[in-house]
Amino acid sequence: MRIALFVTCVNDTLYPRTGQAVVRLLHRLGHEVVFPESQTCCGQMHYNSGYRREAQKLAVRFVETFADADAVLAPSGSCAAMVRDNYPRLGEDGSRLDRAVAAVAPRVYDLSELLVDVLGVTDVGAYFPHTVAYHPTCHGLRLLKLGERPYRLLSNVRGIDLRELESATECCGFGGTFAMKNADVSAAMGADKARHAVATGAEVLCAVDNSCLMHIGGTLRRQRTGMKTLHLAEILASTEQEPAVL
Amino acid sequence: MPPFPEAAKSATENSQMRHNLRLATDTIRGKRESAVSELDDWSDLRQAGKAVKDRTLRHLDTYLEQLEESVTAAGGTVHWAADAAEANEIVTGLVQATGESDVVKVKSMATQEIELNEALAQAGITAYETDLAELIVQLSDDLPSHILVPAIHRNRAEIREIFRDRMASWGVPAPEELSDDPRALAEAARVHLRERFLDTKVAISGANFAVADSGSMVVLESEGNGRMCLTLPQTLISVVGIEKIVPTWSDLEVFLQLLPRSSTGERMNPYTSTWTGVTPGDGPQEFHVVLLDNGRTDVLADTVGRQALRCIRCSACLNTCPVYERTGGHAYGSVYPGPIGAILTPQLRGTASETEASLPYASSLCGACYDVCPVAIDIPEVLVHLREEVVSQPGHRAEKAAMGVAGWVMGGERRLDTAQRAASAARSFMPRRMPGPASAWTDTRDIPDIPAESFRSWWRREGAEQAPDPGGGEHGPDAQEGGRR
Repeated sequence: MRIALFVTCVNDTLYPRTGQAVVRLLHRLGHEVVFPESQTCCGQMHYNSGYRREAQKLAVRFVETFADADAVLAPSGSCAAMVRDNYPRLGEDGSRLDRAVAAVAPRVYDLSELLVDVLGVTDVGAYFPHTVAYHPTCHGLRLLKLGERPYRLLSNVRGIDLRELESATECCGFGGTFAMKNADVSAAMGADKARHAVATGAEVLCAVDNSCLMHIGGTLRRQRTGMKTLHLAEILASTEQEPAVL
Repeated sequence: MPPFPEAAKSATENSQMRHNLRLATDTIRGKRESAVSELDDWSDLRQAGKAVKDRTLRHLDTYLEQLEESVTAAGGTVHWAADAAEANEIVTGLVQATGESDVVKVKSMATQEIELNEALAQAGITAYETDLAELIVQLSDDLPSHILVPAIHRNRAEIREIFRDRMASWGVPAPEELSDDPRALAEAARVHLRERFLDTKVAISGANFAVADSGSMVVLESEGNGRMCLTLPQTLISVVGIEKIVPTWSDLEVFLQLLPRSSTGERMNPYTSTWTGVTPGDGPQEFHVVLLDNGRTDVLADTVGRQALRCIRCSACLNTCPVYERTGGHAYGSVYPGPIGAILTPQLRGTASETEASLPYASSLCGACYDVCPVAIDIPEVLVHLREEVVSQPGHRAEKAAMGVAGWVMGGERRLDTAQRAASAARSFMPRRMPGPASAWTDTRDIPDIPAESFRSWWRREGAEQAPDPGGGEHGPDAQEGGRR
């Protein structure tokens, strides 16, 4: 299948290894990946902060960029949710943007949805001999309703030792600009999430959203816990020949 | 009150309060979860509750007039209050007309919203709260910090101290040897309140629901104090927000299932009291309903924000909110705290002041509140909608500039590429601790390392060259099956 990658601005700029892992993984599964270069950002930060017009402009760019794609992969739960859940609120009923969103948004998938629902794979042939705890991010959990998909993918990884995370469904406290505007509450939430993550005894905390992992990972690093964070794509791309970089 | 981030700072530093809150919200969350999961038609009930409320709000004028007719026909009197001042004036006048200077109250959010107790005090009338948690709050000159459990931020050792130190100056004192056993505390409150109920001639209540076709007021509670207030006095005054209407008794059925399970995690609350007008020789002989607008019709005019008026004040959103759990209710500077307060208060009072303008940001938009809301209020949607309103006002210059720059950079792939190259070039100069507003991040977290190369730059060099595995592996393109979700 030909899959258009919407890598997202955060991954593009700060976590290129996630994008590279996605490409490696999909190639390994025999699929073609295209990267339309006119893509930039889904506009989530603008939308969530109340800057609707800026978000609309970025939505227009997104739907134009991916108008012809059969499937769009966004390796970020919150960006996929932005397109699917919030884009339909951005255009007036029946407007050009509204119609373009209706055409594109249903074809935008998070990685676990693409693999499990579209490509019909739950064992991607990965090898990752480490202990891992999975944090189901808020948008993945409540907007995309990813459910068991990421766990199914992870549990089929050879060598992996999955640990249960206490209070897993509770928000990590990132919330985009929330981390700046309400820094104290955000830090308190992040500290609790980090504490639960460390308590699993796992080497790696995994999620489908690097922005949440940036917040939790930044806390884990500041506290010198030694625990690492990895995007789901990097674990699934990992093999004996090309192991993920911890 | 200071804006939310400031108030929240000191709240998060109060470890005793955070411990009390965590314990309490954790318990109620668990109870709600199991009470809700018992019903296999919960999502249908939720949709029904939403639909009844929406239909009622759409024809609110009609139902309000119907309610007035029904109440009048049953021997009650309806008063209309456009705002808090008018409502307080009406209630004060009604109490003064009885010649009494003491009133008992059953817990009511509407009277807290209009600060009725303070208004009565100015007229020389003392209002005695009879709900156990409200009593604790009143005795300790505190403010409620939760809609349903106003003293949620207190533990029983603190409550014992409050009872021992303060009860005597309000009536029957606490026993000398009072322990912090919940049963002993409840008994002390019972004895203290019993005298009050038997002596007081006027009661003030709110209502969880007002049924339009019969003119009935409905109060749901756990302690029975509400029923005492509604049945013992000579005069009963109910202050009711205009959004509390349900059209008929059969509509009520939906909410009698939704409310207790969502609020206390019970199948049914211990006391549901309904009363209609006046019955000669039985119960209050004079009955007044004060229908309160106080900003509600403005909320109704907002097509996105009006869903907040569906709220049945169950508090499920507070109990599930990770922000509320860490700050408690006082930080919101609002009678309605937590997620519902963050959308209701700025709508009722406007976003002109700093405190109200900070409330739509008191959320990480995690969506847990929407998930548990029994009338499906999309709280994150309204939060974002209110943020739009806040940033459309003057001010926020630095943020608007930053958002403008970010929008401009993201407005073209070449500009983004240039910015990424600049960031990569500066990566070795990045300080671990940032100055200015960015210090909010680096005070507690390390910033991520900036990579030497962006993804798009790597793609141009390598990605486009890579071809899929020609063998296709065992999960080749043919392995596609099924649609999405």
